[in-house]
Amino acid sequence: MSDITLNKLEEYVDICVVGAGHAGCEAALACARLGFNTVVFTVSVDSIALMPCNPNIGGSSKGHLVRELDALGGEMGKNIDKTFIQSKMLNVSKGPAVHSLRAQADKSDYTRSMRYTMENQDNLTIKQAEICKLIVEDNVVKGLMTGTGTTYYCKAVVLCTGTYLKARCLCGESITHTGPGGLSAANSLSEALREIGIKLRRFKTGTPARMDKRSIDFSKMEPQYGDERIVPFSFSTDPDSVQKEQVCCYLTYTNEKTHEIIRGNLDRSPIYAGIIEGTGPRYCPSIEDKVVRFADKERHQVFIEPEGLYTNEMYIGGMSSSLPEDVQLKMYRTVPGLENCKIVRNAYAIEYDCLEPNQLKASLEFKEINGLFSAGQFNGSSGYEEAAAQGLIAGINASMYLKGKEPLVLDRSEAYIGVLIDDLVTKDNREPYRMMTSRAEYRLLLRQDNADLRLRKFGHEVGLVSDDDYNKTLLKEEMIAKEVERLKSSPVGASKETQEFLRKHESSELRTASTLAELLCRPELSYDDLKEIDSDRETLPNDVIEQVCITIRYEGYIERQLSQVKAFKKMEKRLIPDEIDYDQVSSLRLEARQKLKQFKPVSVGQASRISGVTPADVSVLLVYIDAYNKSKGKIDE
Amino acid sequence: MINDTIAAIATALNDSGIGIIRISGDDSIKIADKIFVNKEKEHVLLSFLSHTIHYGFIVDNDEIIDEVMISIMKAPNSFTKENVVEINCHGGVLICKKVLEIVLKNGARLSEPGEFTKRAFLNGRIDLSEAEAVMDLISSKSNSSLKNSLKILSGKLYNKIKSIRESLLYEIAFIESALDDPEHFSLEGYGDNLADKINGINSQLDSLIESFSRGKFVKEGISTVIVGKPNVGKSSLLNLLTRQEKAIVTDIAGTTRDVIETSVVFHDILLNLVDTAGIRETDDVVENIGVSRAKKFAMDADLILFMLDSSKELSDDDKEIISLIQDKQVIVLLNKSDLGSVLSKETILPYFGNQIEVIPFSALSGDGEEILGNLINNMFFSGNISADDELMITKERQANELSFAKNSLSLVIDSINNCLPEDFFSIDLLNAYQALGRIIGEEVDDDVVDEIFSKFCMGK
Repeated sequence: MSDITLNKLEEYVDICVVGAGHAGCEAALACARLGFNTVVFTVSVDSIALMPCNPNIGGSSKGHLVRELDALGGEMGKNIDKTFIQSKMLNVSKGPAVHSLRAQADKSDYTRSMRYTMENQDNLTIKQAEICKLIVEDNVVKGLMTGTGTTYYCKAVVLCTGTYLKARCLCGESITHTGPGGLSAANSLSEALREIGIKLRRFKTGTPARMDKRSIDFSKMEPQYGDERIVPFSFSTDPDSVQKEQVCCYLTYTNEKTHEIIRGNLDRSPIYAGIIEGTGPRYCPSIEDKVVRFADKERHQVFIEPEGLYTNEMYIGGMSSSLPEDVQLKMYRTVPGLENCKIVRNAYAIEYDCLEPNQLKASLEFKEINGLFSAGQFNGSSGYEEAAAQGLIAGINASMYLKGKEPLVLDRSEAYIGVLIDDLVTKDNREPYRMMTSRAEYRLLLRQDNADLRLRKFGHEVGLVSDDDYNKTLLKEEMIAKEVERLKSSPVGASKETQEFLRKHESSELRTASTLAELLCRPELSYDDLKEIDSDRETLPNDVIEQVCITIRYEGYIERQLSQVKAFKKMEKRLIPDEIDYDQVSSLRLEARQKLKQFKPVSVGQASRISGVTPADVSVLLVYIDAYNKSKGKIDE
Repeated sequence: MINDTIAAIATALNDSGIGIIRISGDDSIKIADKIFVNKEKEHVLLSFLSHTIHYGFIVDNDEIIDEVMISIMKAPNSFTKENVVEINCHGGVLICKKVLEIVLKNGARLSEPGEFTKRAFLNGRIDLSEAEAVMDLISSKSNSSLKNSLKILSGKLYNKIKSIRESLLYEIAFIESALDDPEHFSLEGYGDNLADKINGINSQLDSLIESFSRGKFVKEGISTVIVGKPNVGKSSLLNLLTRQEKAIVTDIAGTTRDVIETSVVFHDILLNLVDTAGIRETDDVVENIGVSRAKKFAMDADLILFMLDSSKELSDDDKEIISLIQDKQVIVLLNKSDLGSVLSKETILPYFGNQIEVIPFSALSGDGEEILGNLINNMFFSGNISADDELMITKERQANELSFAKNSLSLVIDSINNCLPEDFFSIDLLNAYQALGRIIGEEVDDDVVDEIFSKFCMGK
């Protein structure tokens, strides 16, 4: 790059978003919608909201993220509702907390639709350019510079560079220095970030091959259909509008022969040959990883999913790989139905630079650089949904920063998004982070069905949710409360009519008087069934009935979690003063002191989640902070 | 959390006979009221004024446990600035412990190391200048608590808890894998399967809890079996033990004719010597029945005294006995040590996986008898019934966690029986897992996620 800046363009805007993937889109839309003049930069306008890996949105716990994002006023849920081609609620046989929506997307339609939304958003400009440098003065971000030398002065920057920083793709011995799908990598920004003191590391992920539909024999596979009644992702989408014809996916399996080929060629895998240095995710292992690590498994599932309605490309889920092309073809062709397959795009692994996210606050702003935010895969996460959720929060908080308002920080008891971000910024993650339901300790409260009840108010408060939408939520809340109250206070006597009703539904007869709520707790009786003995009740919307049933049926468990949340919140509210010097707290164990210095938690609660900090350390910290505040004349809480 | 109610034994536990249980927190008076009655058997504590002391009884479901003096200090005029109740027990160490148990059962929580002082500080009772000392106290107390915890756990116990944790973790991870990746893992019929496993674990926990309840050993005695080949000196040992006796309590005819139980007090410890008649017989009648005796009683005994003739090499019979008593609490007595020995601690150790107490002994001269007394004391009363109160409290804490784990697992069984969906199982499984982790001083962190990835092949 030349140092001569004469005759170069200079632009003045409010907020710059670097990258237009799932994080970048949400961030840019949020900023623009909140009234800020926003520019979003992408290396290729054609790759806005690209889905370079799996062709679906949602899935266990990821579906929760999308619902939450939607409740807060994000775009992903609305966009997938417009462009899905199959939809399924997962885990319906399990508890309501783990029901999770997943939709197959028409990839190009998804991209096109999001691009359309972006292009038509007021206050938002899309700019195709690579960003090479950030301008930071006195720890405050002032702007950035494109590869062609234009300077954009702004008040906040959101980095959403995904997997593009110094990306290289590996397919056996063949290595190309590109981003996903052959798009050009961003090669200068890494160094520029290091220069301003940002610590980066290297992660790895991978994707399986895409095949020509015509070369696949689906008769040898098990068809996988979508749900009969489709539930939309967005709380604003009319459920009737999404009932449509769906495509079919297919299931097949690897076998011993597949595994033999893989084992025989492991030396040609860049991971096992030691060429890949990045840390790969354990939850989405390449097929060679699966074969090595789960050697006793005779077969692995392979899901064949369409990439869209107007393409013959099929995604081969479960068989990502970085083996060389010839081995890939041999290995895929051992799978029933793929004997004559033709590969359109090879599977590959991708390595990229990303952030050590303990440099971030929970608002996703950098601790050391004011006005600089980051989101998405750059923060060390994985997945479209994780990226989008962070993008939305970073966008909102960049806006709050400009408005001089408090950032929106959701805690672990409020949202999966809170869990995601808290885990990212307080835990020492050694691999790309994927959302999982087991990571949420209060998951009975964080259901996908109540995301609106949990989060609409925050979305409304920041200004992304309209009064109309918010009022709908309030109305729903009121209807739920009223109906729960009514059922609890409606007595049911042991009348002849009741006993007969119970007998009919194979439910034990009443010995003493009961209530409608108590009857609803019986697994064999549904809300619908109860209409027989509750004939003059009002007809309520389905989503209200759902909430009523969950509230009554799981009351005991929900109460237990609520009391845990109370204790949790107490520790979250114990704030640690910014200027604390852990070296002064001599009673802390050395390991705890080091970890606390490294992570700089904002609250005692956050400190307690850092690995290496014991309950005794937490007690010591409480005492120290108390003494500190008292000596400074501050009153705690 | 601050404001919940905590309790602990506040005095050193020793033979003085008086011990103080201190309770602090919002509910301390309410809790004490549930378990305290006056002479007229009335619950009257709530009506008492602050800073008064009263005579009465601690009861556990109507059963009188101890005669006590109880004092009440209402917030904020107490050490912690919270409601504080102190119970002065008179019945000695075990009663003191029992009272604490009852307090905990009625809603208090066992205090963390240094927690009373911490509260006193946080509530402004202790001067700022003492903050440093408070922090040091907390960290040193928790350090010693953890050390004690590990000290108390024998290798076997530690490994047992570890292995229970491992199996719980596996089940949690399996459920979670199936929730995260329903298309790869099915939970069909899993509930019944899990119920079986939990029942197995619960009975293991039961026996662990039992091993923690030393009260039983003091009150009811330690059932002890002497095993060994004929002529190694079992009857001499028996004579030694009974000569030592302060009182022979009873001679009970057991369920079978030849089981005779003799209770002796040996070094202040009540030993129930099982099959003493048998021992007398076999030493007279030279007959190779040592093995069958061991087999029969080793199963039920709390303690096995295994006698070996140290002047002779281990015989096949000895080795067979060893194999039978592997999992029991065993003390090996190398008898006839005055005759010059071929056997030594080093030769015995490998047969017991290097974890066994071996002492040189002479049943005739009584050499080693002192050591034996101390050893039994160590094994069953973690050192000394009366001396080390910190150890005692630690052990109490461990027993508490074990019961908590067991209760959590019972809740899982309830959930299974009530046909609740599988994701409800893992909530209580995790609680049990965490409780057991606290016993062996292990943090949870990302265990579940790590286990999911290492044991189950997740898709995509």
